[in-house]
Amino acid sequence: MVIYTVTIEDDGSSYRCFESQTLLEGMESLGKKGIPVGCRGGGCGVCKVQVLTGSYTKRVMSREHISESDEAQGCVLACRVRPTSPIDLRVVGAMKKNVCRAVEPSGVPSLST
Amino acid sequence: MAMTGVLRPGHAQLRVLDMDESVKFYTDVMGLVETGRDASGRVYFKTRAERDHNSIVLRRADRAGLDFFAYKVLNKATLEELDGKLKAYGVVTERIPAGEMLETGERVRFQIPTGHTIELYAEKTDVGNGMTYNDPEVDVVDGKGIRPIRMDHALLYGGDIDGSRKLFEEVLGFNLVERVKLEDGATDLAVWLTCSAKAHDLAMVRHSEDNKLHHVAFQLASWEQVLRAADIMSINRVSIDIGPTRHGITQGTTIYFFDPSGNRLETFCGGYDHYPDNHPITWSWEHVGRGIFYHDRKLNPAFLSVLT
Ligand code: FES
Repeated sequence: MVIYTVTIEDDGSSYRCFESQTLLEGMESLGKKGIPVGCRGGGCGVCKVQVLTGSYTKRVMSREHISESDEAQGCVLACRVRPTSPIDLRVVGAMKKNVCRAVEPSGVPSLST
Repeated sequence: MAMTGVLRPGHAQLRVLDMDESVKFYTDVMGLVETGRDASGRVYFKTRAERDHNSIVLRRADRAGLDFFAYKVLNKATLEELDGKLKAYGVVTERIPAGEMLETGERVRFQIPTGHTIELYAEKTDVGNGMTYNDPEVDVVDGKGIRPIRMDHALLYGGDIDGSRKLFEEVLGFNLVERVKLEDGATDLAVWLTCSAKAHDLAMVRHSEDNKLHHVAFQLASWEQVLRAADIMSINRVSIDIGPTRHGITQGTTIYFFDPSGNRLETFCGGYDHYPDNHPITWSWEHVGRGIFYHDRKLNPAFLSVLT
């Protein structure tokens, strides 16, 4: 079984991800954090990352969240991508801004992009 | 109210990213019955117990989400009457001709203030539930997948839930069953509405973006069936959001999970009966966690943020 190191540049953390797993599955199955987890189906966009170095295979992703130019710049949904080499990535996605955040105590950082 | 106007949720058309994978999921995991495919490539499903031709329609698209959600009304006269009422209320309606969807009559389509497309229709072919209308057996035969009883309701996210609620109440005869207030104690964060004696036929949550789908729900017969559904989901590596657990609101037991394109679905059981003389239940911001997830007693970030 082939396994690669995935490094999340935002906090310098890393985890090991099997070639057979998506980047999101690899992170979640080890109880790691760093990439926001949503639908795990390429539909909601919260797990959006930019791959800085490394190669991968990808499946169809929602165009609402990954434009063609995003894709050209290595922006992908972590739940739709499997590594074929060690990966360095940056987190782009976030849990979207919603009405509730607006009424939470001030000081809660806005996670909207 | 007597069931003479809007009867029940009738169909939901969902966008999927990969049709083959989705058909396999809705057939093998959900245990729905495929009832047809049309010239545009849409695939139609119903639950085994539903009698009308379809309740879930899948359309391949480059993004996930809900195209429209429809309610069946009593008959054609009711359809005409409600179209007239919608127009008088200032809503622009459009007629979709019979046959545009397989085995489905003319539809009245309109947009609600939260940006969602809603349809009303009176006719859909009764293809039966496998039982006869004369001297039927009880359907106890086990089969593949979760096999829900019916497509039950949807939860929609959008901005003007007050406007959408008023439209459903004042024009379509829905009743408010439960609501959650925001921190100010005045603004609704969420509302649950019924057109029948069910705990909900529609729910809405206030959100910064319009026309978003939170989930489409399917009814199961028992809490045990909900647990069985969870086992089937794990066997099939289905993405589970939360559950099995219980809602304080409606008191139903539940699992939130996702189809292969990231559309959230719910399998739930229970919920009380609602009659029009019942006072609506109000949840305060302080207790919203327990209201949404009765056992965890807290909201998870995905509940408010992960949408298609
Ligand atoms: S988690 Fe929803 S798109 Fe990846």
